[in-house]
Amino acid sequence: MADQAHNAQPSSVDGQTRRDFLLYATSAVGAVGTGIALWPFVHSMNPAADTLALSTTDVDISAIKPGQSVTVVWRGKPVFVRRRLPEEVAVAEQVNISELREPQKDSERAKKPEWLILIGVCTHLGCVPLGQKPADPKGEFGGWFCPCHGSHYDTSGRIRKGPAPANLPVPPYQFTSDTTVRIG
Amino acid sequence: MSDFKSNNKVVNWVEERLPIFSMMQHSAIEYPTPRNLNYWWNFGSLAAVMLIIMILTGLFLAMNYSSHTSLAFDSVERIMRDVNYGWLLRYLHANGASMFFILVYIHIFRGLYYGSYKAPREILWFLGIAIFLAMMATGFMGYVLPWGQMSFWGATVITNLFSAFPVVGDFIVTLLWGGFSVDNPTLNRFFALHFLLPFVIVGLVGMHVWALHTVKSNNPLGIDMKGPQDSIPFHPYYTIKDLYGVSLFMMFYLAVVFWAPNFFGEPDNYIPANPMVTPPHIVPEWYYLPFYAILRAFTMDLWIIPAKLQGVLAMFAAILILFALPWLDSSKVRSAKFRPLYRQFFWLFLVDCLILGYVGGKPAEGILIKVGQFCTAYYFGHFLVILPLLARIEKPKPLPASISQPVIKAAALGLMILVGLAGFTGQAQASGGEGPALKKPDAGFSWEGVFGRYDRPTLKRGWQVFHDVCSACHSMKLVAYRNLADIGFTADEIKEIAAEKEVQDGPNDEGAMFMRPARASDRIVAPFANEKAAMAANGGALPPDLSLMNKARTNGPYYVYSLMLGYEDAAPEGHPIPEGKSFNHYFPGNAISMPMVVSDDIVTYADGTKATKEQISKDVVTFLNWAAEPELDARKGMGAKVMIFLAVLTALLYALKRQIWKDVH
Repeated sequence: MADQAHNAQPSSVDGQTRRDFLLYATSAVGAVGTGIALWPFVHSMNPAADTLALSTTDVDISAIKPGQSVTVVWRGKPVFVRRRLPEEVAVAEQVNISELREPQKDSERAKKPEWLILIGVCTHLGCVPLGQKPADPKGEFGGWFCPCHGSHYDTSGRIRKGPAPANLPVPPYQFTSDTTVRIG
Repeated sequence: MSDFKSNNKVVNWVEERLPIFSMMQHSAIEYPTPRNLNYWWNFGSLAAVMLIIMILTGLFLAMNYSSHTSLAFDSVERIMRDVNYGWLLRYLHANGASMFFILVYIHIFRGLYYGSYKAPREILWFLGIAIFLAMMATGFMGYVLPWGQMSFWGATVITNLFSAFPVVGDFIVTLLWGGFSVDNPTLNRFFALHFLLPFVIVGLVGMHVWALHTVKSNNPLGIDMKGPQDSIPFHPYYTIKDLYGVSLFMMFYLAVVFWAPNFFGEPDNYIPANPMVTPPHIVPEWYYLPFYAILRAFTMDLWIIPAKLQGVLAMFAAILILFALPWLDSSKVRSAKFRPLYRQFFWLFLVDCLILGYVGGKPAEGILIKVGQFCTAYYFGHFLVILPLLARIEKPKPLPASISQPVIKAAALGLMILVGLAGFTGQAQASGGEGPALKKPDAGFSWEGVFGRYDRPTLKRGWQVFHDVCSACHSMKLVAYRNLADIGFTADEIKEIAAEKEVQDGPNDEGAMFMRPARASDRIVAPFANEKAAMAANGGALPPDLSLMNKARTNGPYYVYSLMLGYEDAAPEGHPIPEGKSFNHYFPGNAISMPMVVSDDIVTYADGTKATKEQISKDVVTFLNWAAEPELDARKGMGAKVMIFLAVLTALLYALKRQIWKDVH
């Protein structure tokens, strides 16, 4: 209705071009501005500075005996620290990695062969696999077994059977002394 | 509505099942709007935009807020310091409340001036009052959530209002509190209600708009639209005009957010709630001040009605009387433009409300009590006497035949803005302290002004003063060692600084707690284990936490600076000071427990700056300001960019609006 009234004016062509230009320019600037303004809202849901600052955990490993495992908390998730027996290491090293779903050598996954440190969250859908306690089922490959959907991990924490797509991830860590590990 | 037709099959398919497109077409595009609406008609849509901003910012704040008395204050400070853009969300929300009320008050007075409450718009008006009431409740409960001193005492005072009612009063108050005083149950329910009520407001706004679209907009002439020549479609004419208004308003709103975010706030609310100590001068938020003044205007018991009850009833009546307005004002003419007498009384009434607001923000003393009482009487007189009389005696000017006749511009704009500004300055002064004029450093502080930023070397020196001197007695619980990276320390330096102190950790594998060196992620370790220990070591006085000191006092930076330099070796004649206290010109009451600490060369600066006491005071105040407002640099930096953007957008919107409107004018 407005456009019809408008077109009746003699200067309508010029006016229409100018109006179109202003309409597109204003819409573009407004849309960009609104888009940028949404970012602070979205970013506020990301981890806050204090959450990020708490991202290292020191673990005292002096009391862990060969064959034993402990579970520690890092970034709110369980981290498995296992002191492996020589035979467990040997089994892990002998695997033909070309047969694996995610081919990785055991030496890529453990800085010291005796110590295996893994994020204890199944790569399928986030359950915590069993295998930390002596009485736990450890799966067909002697590592861990996820009871939620039946994924089997070997003594290097690699996926061997079941629906999980990837090996249990290795968190960043370093040995700060002979008896302590800093995770993160 | 049923004549809606589209060429798009999907649109038609939806339309047949849910007539949403025809509804949009009917009420947001074709909706016939008077062609002569002035800019005072922008404030309704502005308020709607503000409501959306409040709900959005509030939602994201709620994701990080803890509604427990032991966590609430710190969780708000965590939002300010650690949550990404948390300071922005909180300042948008806190100032948004003030903006919402500014917009709605202008919207209400627009309605009063142009008679928008008269037939057939009574229900539209009622719904508006309901929105206003819901806003007041929401704003009040929101102000309680940060759990500062004003939150707590505001909640105490306002909930105690209900105790004025005979018989049921105490029952209602206990029910509101969920205990014997304002406490954790109160905070929890206020949070729940504060989250709920905005959605009630959304529903009320929907009905408000529905009623509006049924009876159509009033207009500056106050006469009905008589045909198509009097109206224009809402889109594009008023969509573009409203958007232009939104952009202008955003510049005002965001200027406050980025450069004066605590202008509307009270310093006392940066002190954690303390049920044992009432601040000396408690005031509600500015938007309640006129009603607060009415509450306090009643000081004499009458027959069986005690003064307290009179005040409470009057305060509620002051709002509820608006419901009767369409009948109290029985003049057939709507717009004040054609009511020469009403127009004058309208301005008197506005001034009366502003004076009430001013009085409400001041202590109830001396002449102000009488002024408050007079203005309260006038407030009710306006509705109950003046308006009914005017309707009988006033001779309105002749009304124009139709809207499409030439329209005169609104003349009152300048005056209204001036009066409004005067009202706000009154409120700003209301929170100003008494006492001697505060000292300022000769060269001022680097962070002052629109472009002022923190000076890193000053901050580092200030940290040294805090570390070497202040921290012997004062804690700074809200700042973590890692934050020192902000003022220029490297990660290794921070580790070293943190490791000077020990913190308790545990339990270890044997179940015992143990001490370990503090880490960068720890908060600055307090000098005493708890408040009692701090008091015992300081002659019974608690050295306050310094995290928020600069924000928790009126004119904080200047106050602290003056306090540092305001000591006298001996109390002046006629100002006896108790044993163990020192004389300070700037401390309220002059007797301060903290001894004179700052003197020349009390620290040796690592960077070789000469440590005069002025230099030391300036440095430590700068550091304290950073501790209280670490986001300042980021805030002003973002503000400058946002303002440039909004200037461009506003200019474009203005040009587009001119282009669209040029054939209507």
